[in-house]
Amino acid sequence: MVRIVYLVLALLLYGVAAADVADVYDFSDRAQEQRYQDLIAELRCPKCQNQNIADSNAPISKDMRDVVYRMMKDGASNEEIIESLVGRFGEFVRYKPELDSRTFLLWATPAIAVFGGFLVVAGVVIRSRRAGPESPALSAEEKARVDKMLTDQDRSS
Amino acid sequence: MKRFLLFLPLLIALVVGIVLFAGIGKDPTKLESALVGKPVPEFSLRDLHNPDAMLDQSLFLGQVTLLNVWGTWCPACKDEHDDLMWLAEEKGVNIIGLNYKDNREDALVWLDRLGDPYRTTIYDPRGTLGFDLGVYGAPETFVIDAGGVVRYRHVGVVNETVWEQTLLPVINDVQGNG
Repeated sequence: MVRIVYLVLALLLYGVAAADVADVYDFSDRAQEQRYQDLIAELRCPKCQNQNIADSNAPISKDMRDVVYRMMKDGASNEEIIESLVGRFGEFVRYKPELDSRTFLLWATPAIAVFGGFLVVAGVVIRSRRAGPESPALSAEEKARVDKMLTDQDRSS
Repeated sequence: MKRFLLFLPLLIALVVGIVLFAGIGKDPTKLESALVGKPVPEFSLRDLHNPDAMLDQSLFLGQVTLLNVWGTWCPACKDEHDDLMWLAEEKGVNIIGLNYKDNREDALVWLDRLGDPYRTTIYDPRGTLGFDLGVYGAPETFVIDAGGVVRYRHVGVVNETVWEQTLLPVINDVQGNG
């Protein structure tokens, strides 16, 4: 029984290990490797549309990872690496688009949505406050009608 | 004013609907090339037919060219081959081939068997020029003007419809302007 559990665990963990794209690159230190991983997680594969180049097995992603690695080795900054890929494949490869006039709406949408929601809530609160304590739930006339209805009902039953 | 507010959700739904509807039918796999308006990247690669001859970006100077990226491993390239032959032979289009991530023997056999629509074929076994051109899936076809500047990129097969509706207008435009 224990053996079976071990076997299942081993198989599961193997799956996790194999899910990483199997490139062999040498890094001088841990920070460089982390930087590389961050870069390839942020770049989008032009062929497979909704995968980053870290996850994609497409040949073009392999080429792009090679270039990222090579440029890193040559001392390029993250911006230079991303710019060089954008220059070839277009803005599409950025998962984090630059903030400019074309992408302004994209970046601003969450803020606009939150602000809109805030306005709605504020509107509701202000209106209920204004309506609340000053006017009683029923006017005198309405109260009289209700009383009449209730007494009528009592009598009929 | 209050009445108007009641129509607000309808209005929002309409606007969002129009925006989303505009996106229907667009093929998200077709990206505009980042190289449009830029010169063909510098390269130095061998001629497919003649391994001793080196080719570079000056190949594209002088006349409007179609640059067709292909490989024998690419099934869609086979689909478009007859149409490229038709373009080269019937329409007299100046086509340069970029044999992308392929090997020479296979490529030569392919051209021998199916015909050779290319004025010249650049041999790019490691895909370096392809990478610089932003090629992400063969076949791709670039329209390059007489000054060696990329004017348009078509992703996918070229056929009569694509030629008449897409490539020819671009070429006419390019020739009209320069």
